Amino acid sequence: MSGPSKRLTEGGLIDRSKSLGFTFDGKRYSGFEGDTLASALLANGEVLMARSFKYHRPRGVMSAGPEEPNALIKLRTGARQEPNTRATMIELYDGLVAESQNRKPSLRWDYQAMNQLIGRFIPAGFYYKTFMGPFANTKLWMQFEKLIRKSAGMGEASWEADPDLYTHRSAHCEVLVIGGGPAGLAAARAAAEGGGRVILVEETPHLGGRLRKDSEVIDGLSGSDWAAAMETDLAGRDNVRILKRTTAFGYYDQNMVGCCERVADHLVEPAAHQPRQRMWNIRAGRVIIAAGAVEQPLVFGDNDRPNIMLAGAVRAYVNEYGVLPGERAIVFANNDDGYRTALDLAKAGGNVKAVVDPRDEGAGELADAVRALDIPVLNGHAISRARGGATGIQAAEIVPVSGSGMQHMDCDLIAMSGGWQPTVHLSSQTGSKPVWDDSLKCFVPGAPRQKEVSAGAAAGTLSLADCLSAGRKAGAEAAGVSAPSWSAPKPESAGLKSNPTAALWEAPGTKGKRFVDHQDDVTTSDVKLAHREGFISVEHLKRYTTLGMGTDQGKTSNLNGLAIMASLTGKTIPETGTTTFRPPYTPVSIGLLGGPEVGKHFAPLRRTAMDSWHDEQGCEWIDAGLWRRPRYYPKAGEGIFEAYVRETKETRGGVGVCDVTTLGKIDIQGPDAADFLNRVYTNGWKALAVGKARYGLMCREDGIVFDDGTTSRLAEDHFVMTTTTANAVKVMAWLEYYLQFVWPDLKVQVTSVTDQWAAVAVAGPKSRALLEKVVDIDLSNDAFPFMACGDVSAAGVKGRLFRISFSGEMAFELNVPADYGRHVWEAVMKAGEELGAVAYGTEALGNMRIEKGHVAGPELDGRTTADDLNLGKMMSTKKDFIGKRLAYREDLVGDHRHKFVGLMPVDGKSKLIQGAQITENANDPLPVKMIGNVTSTGYNSETEMPIALGLVEGGLAREGDIVHMQYPLRNVTVPVKVCHPIFIDREGARHHG
Amino acid sequence: MLVINCPWCGPRDMEEFTYVGDGTLKRPEIGSEETDQKAWYEYTYIRDNPRGPHLEVWHHAAGCRQHVRVKRDTLTHEIHGCWPASGEMADTTEGETK
Amino acid sequence: MTRYSVFSVLKGGLTGQKNWTRAWRDPEPKKSYEAIIIGGGGHGLATAFYLAKNHGMTDIAVIEKGYLGSGNVGRNTTIVRSNYMLYDNAHFYEKSMELWEQLSHELNYNVMFSQRGILNLGHSDAQMDGMARRGNAMRLNGIDAELLTREEALKYVPMADRSENARFPIYGGLMQPRGGTARHDAVAWGFARAANNLGVDLLQHCEALDFVVEDNKIKGVVTSRGTIMADKIGLAVAGSTTTLTDKLGLKMPIETHLLQAMVSEPLKPWFDGVVTFGAGHFYLSQSDKGGLVFGGDLDGYNSYAQRGNLPMVNHVAQSGVALVPAIGRVRLLRHWAGVMDMSMDGSPIISKTPIEGLYLNAGWCYGGFKATPGSGWCFAETIANDAPDWRNQGMTLDRFERGHIIDEKGAGPIPGAH
Repeated sequence: MSGPSKRLTEGGLIDRSKSLGFTFDGKRYSGFEGDTLASALLANGEVLMARSFKYHRPRGVMSAGPEEPNALIKLRTGARQEPNTRATMIELYDGLVAESQNRKPSLRWDYQAMNQLIGRFIPAGFYYKTFMGPFANTKLWMQFEKLIRKSAGMGEASWEADPDLYTHRSAHCEVLVIGGGPAGLAAARAAAEGGGRVILVEETPHLGGRLRKDSEVIDGLSGSDWAAAMETDLAGRDNVRILKRTTAFGYYDQNMVGCCERVADHLVEPAAHQPRQRMWNIRAGRVIIAAGAVEQPLVFGDNDRPNIMLAGAVRAYVNEYGVLPGERAIVFANNDDGYRTALDLAKAGGNVKAVVDPRDEGAGELADAVRALDIPVLNGHAISRARGGATGIQAAEIVPVSGSGMQHMDCDLIAMSGGWQPTVHLSSQTGSKPVWDDSLKCFVPGAPRQKEVSAGAAAGTLSLADCLSAGRKAGAEAAGVSAPSWSAPKPESAGLKSNPTAALWEAPGTKGKRFVDHQDDVTTSDVKLAHREGFISVEHLKRYTTLGMGTDQGKTSNLNGLAIMASLTGKTIPETGTTTFRPPYTPVSIGLLGGPEVGKHFAPLRRTAMDSWHDEQGCEWIDAGLWRRPRYYPKAGEGIFEAYVRETKETRGGVGVCDVTTLGKIDIQGPDAADFLNRVYTNGWKALAVGKARYGLMCREDGIVFDDGTTSRLAEDHFVMTTTTANAVKVMAWLEYYLQFVWPDLKVQVTSVTDQWAAVAVAGPKSRALLEKVVDIDLSNDAFPFMACGDVSAAGVKGRLFRISFSGEMAFELNVPADYGRHVWEAVMKAGEELGAVAYGTEALGNMRIEKGHVAGPELDGRTTADDLNLGKMMSTKKDFIGKRLAYREDLVGDHRHKFVGLMPVDGKSKLIQGAQITENANDPLPVKMIGNVTSTGYNSETEMPIALGLVEGGLAREGDIVHMQYPLRNVTVPVKVCHPIFIDREGARHHG
Repeated sequence: MLVINCPWCGPRDMEEFTYVGDGTLKRPEIGSEETDQKAWYEYTYIRDNPRGPHLEVWHHAAGCRQHVRVKRDTLTHEIHGCWPASGEMADTTEGETK
Repeated sequence: MTRYSVFSVLKGGLTGQKNWTRAWRDPEPKKSYEAIIIGGGGHGLATAFYLAKNHGMTDIAVIEKGYLGSGNVGRNTTIVRSNYMLYDNAHFYEKSMELWEQLSHELNYNVMFSQRGILNLGHSDAQMDGMARRGNAMRLNGIDAELLTREEALKYVPMADRSENARFPIYGGLMQPRGGTARHDAVAWGFARAANNLGVDLLQHCEALDFVVEDNKIKGVVTSRGTIMADKIGLAVAGSTTTLTDKLGLKMPIETHLLQAMVSEPLKPWFDGVVTFGAGHFYLSQSDKGGLVFGGDLDGYNSYAQRGNLPMVNHVAQSGVALVPAIGRVRLLRHWAGVMDMSMDGSPIISKTPIEGLYLNAGWCYGGFKATPGSGWCFAETIANDAPDWRNQGMTLDRFERGHIIDEKGAGPIPGAH
């Protein structure tokens, strides 16, 4: 339903030589370079661009900027589709594809507009009052919810993965200027003289701000030409960086401002390797907020009809985009600035039927200029209602503010201005509360909480001359320049006499829907309903009516809503309050915030030095934190069970080799090292001889077991500690905390060496025979007994050998510098060939520790004490250690504790499952008491029976009892017998070899 | 986003640090048998949790691995000073960052 | 008071909405009450409601320093679940779940409780084992739980990354079908209106400044609207707990931390459930208004500022894109923060205190919203009977000293770690 072209034949800042084709709802149009989608649609005579949230009212564009509440469209298609995109902020590009949203079947004919007919039954919050159902359950509501969800929402998002890239970048500067309008340009220019780094960010593709939209003259230049000259000057300075298409969206602690640079949003798609958007984290010495102001709409009947626009937006379409949005316009303004729209429209050839001004005295000198063009000025009047429909408006009903009588006036455009509300969002995000300025009838920024200042319209300064000098002053002060050589020019408009803005929160009259929040369809009657029901605090008003909760976050609605509520309660606006502005200033893509480290790059993948060898063997991998480890090395036809049982048997029967590099390794040195270990481990360390290893247990301060591992004494003042893979990082930080903060007097140095050493475990009765071929020392029991450690040369590489055993077999652990890990590993495997050595993975490693009843991660779950794990004897009674004093609190001891046991299926064959719970009986009614749980499961490679470790109330006192393993998630119940947790070689003969 | 002035490295973004906790905690002396369980309970579980200036410990985990004492306002997030983990906290510290 | 129903809504339509009256009265404080609840958030209002309804205590007041529901009940991500493993938590949260299931009806206020299920994703065998342990415990406690395979999980979260590109592939997950979401503000308003209808005085803009204590017995509270006497006072003031207990000389096992939450622009139905990422800090649901509601972990440091920092927003978004790559194209509309009283074991305190007549409801960490009805129920029991309900008898203030730790995560006495 496009009308005739509204493009002016000349004027504007568009490039008429560059025609750009685009489609909207499948129909082809063309615009010019420099257009936005909104201006191009308007130029093509399309005023209907969207449907509203709730009533599906036809909507056109209200603004020409980021505050746009109405003209939200879906840009692009497929994986790149962007719902809810503001047509006013989309730079037109050739090939642009856009679609309207929230309508069925078409924008022009949307059957959901029937909601208007039942509108009286669905006021604010109606859903709280019904759908509770006649019965106490949620089923009825959930049926209605489906309908509500479908009709709510705005645009449709894709399920396809976003194909584009996003990057993050940090920057520092002495002065950050937010906004490239007159105040921002002046601020940047003055600040640049200080020599420090200045960054100027501007949301749109061009510097100039209102200078591009108004017909101001500075130094004999048009506003836009003057801005261009300023840009040339600034861009030529080494200390100034200009970021265009960049929105400062969030103001965070200590002057960190988050910015979104739209690198490729004005292209069909980003070039190869080009990010779509770049996030700038700018840390600034001082911040100047020159983000301008947002013109406020006026509230009158059917004030949402297409072609009712903000007065400043009308000027933008005329002056920047060369579009005359209406032939017969009425300007409705409660302030002088609106009169500029009448002047600019007339200059562009429009017929301005009248300026309607609720103020009795009207405007100052601008009114004289308007009258000089024979445009009637109706002081003391207001528009009470607009008449029109989906394709625009036909007339306005004009009434005196006080008194009676109404006149119809034909028009096809209403330019409205309720005054300008400074953009206080960023300053408010710092925690600074905006302050009501009763003379300006708007909120201005409150006292700064950070090193920031607002300048120009963002501070409530409205005249161009004042904005320029305020910007200069702010820039100079921020940069510490006492007298900048550059002085702010005087625009031709300087000194223009004006009259103050007068409040008109709601025009007289009652007819038509009077929208306060256009996007969320909140009307004055909703505000009145909220008042009637006691939702009068501003937050209640917002939450109850959804006022200001749309994608524009109330940029054009909060003030009117608040003021109307204030008038209902009889309180002042400051008493009624203001809402807290939350970041972001305008919506920001989640992809931008997430940055480049997603997908495979979400977290690093840690590989051991032998990783490539394992891969060549075709092992199955398992994640262990960020590491990947070989889980098992399947032979043809083997599944996980067959493979790990074979690896277990071959190790126990001969020799097996396992990559244990991932265990945490911490080097501990210093004269107080033994004393330190004595404090952090529960057992004693002072008597440990050089060349010996010992198993150690650590508790947290609360007496719960934290971690375990072996630690070896390499010299009098030198130990190397091992931790579990999972806790390596935590234990390291924990040791550092105690050394640096709690016991700074201890002379001990700790260093993480996990990555420096590759570790190879060699286990089994033939482990000695194997290693004798690899290392250069005597490995006999006399020379290198169980728990010995020492330096060795292994396959020509200097390393360390430990005779420790996790499997319960005679076993060694060989550590060599990581760079030689694969070399030594291969030497070990080669030496093992004739002994039948097998590489084993974590599954067999875990199985062998289960057979031996060693505790590991599943048992150390952050809730078990040493006593619970049958390790109470490791809690020294002779010394203090971390956790000792709280480990014996009344609820941490006693019969109710779940203690470490072994478990076997009574039938000798039923599979036991990790994660199962244990109950006394099989079929007790729910809820049933759980007396324990299965922590780890494995397979006894000697008795050929499933086995498990677990925690059971009473512990080993219940040895021989039959209890029940319960896995109701899979409907499994297995009678199990409580047994000793050590299933193999209980007397521990084997590891002594 | 906080900037913590590490006494060893200079001002660094909070992203390099991990938060440890209350920096006023005094662990009961080791080996003093008479120390009652109450002291250990309070050390482990009780926090002043002030609304305002808070002395706390941060770990420069992705930096020099030193713990740093930081005085930070829990209401405004303003940082009033940064000091090494142990030793006197001189008021003349260079740790002032805002 | 107008009773809400489809008929009253129709009548409103026909009378220009003139049939509605205030949702709750705005009374002046009396000199004394039988009991006072400090804190007009979800828990405080629920407590007042159940005190009046279950125990006939109607001479009570709720005092609130701001507007009703201005605390965490109005700034959370609205998730309701009872998928706990440990005894003390399981039965408490299940009671709360049962109350949720009849809450709209009970309050005559639609709190929009939507039982769309909640799925915790697992990304390794070990994680799946941990979930099985919890799920089996839930089932044996009589709570619904299902262990989903990878295929079942992907069916529930169809837009999750199922490609080779996922760093942490989905192995499966633990589902609680009865979990879901509710409209957070409506919960506060529904309890407020229902409590008001039973005669409870709701005193807004009435800040507790100090207490009147005699012989270790609570006698009253000094407020910004004068001193109000009562022999029973319940504290339900998340974020201000220690500020008030400091006035009484009570020391608390609590630290106050920030938790951020985020909402996207409104979208047509995009995701029907509630899901948590097991390999990063991220959870997601979609509100009835269409916004994707999501969040992650604590900012990590003590704070009373209802204002978070950017790194956590980045981490949450990063985790979100890692789990659901399509979300990158969706825009963040708003992010905000609430202040959480983090207890030392991650579980709450509903308890008597060393001061006679003073009761404490605190330490909810970031699990307070789902607990709202159960917390109100049990706190009302505790106050009315001067003894806990069986469901909160483990949640005492002195449990840390006794070693009765309710630590679902096993993270130890590090409040920021829960």
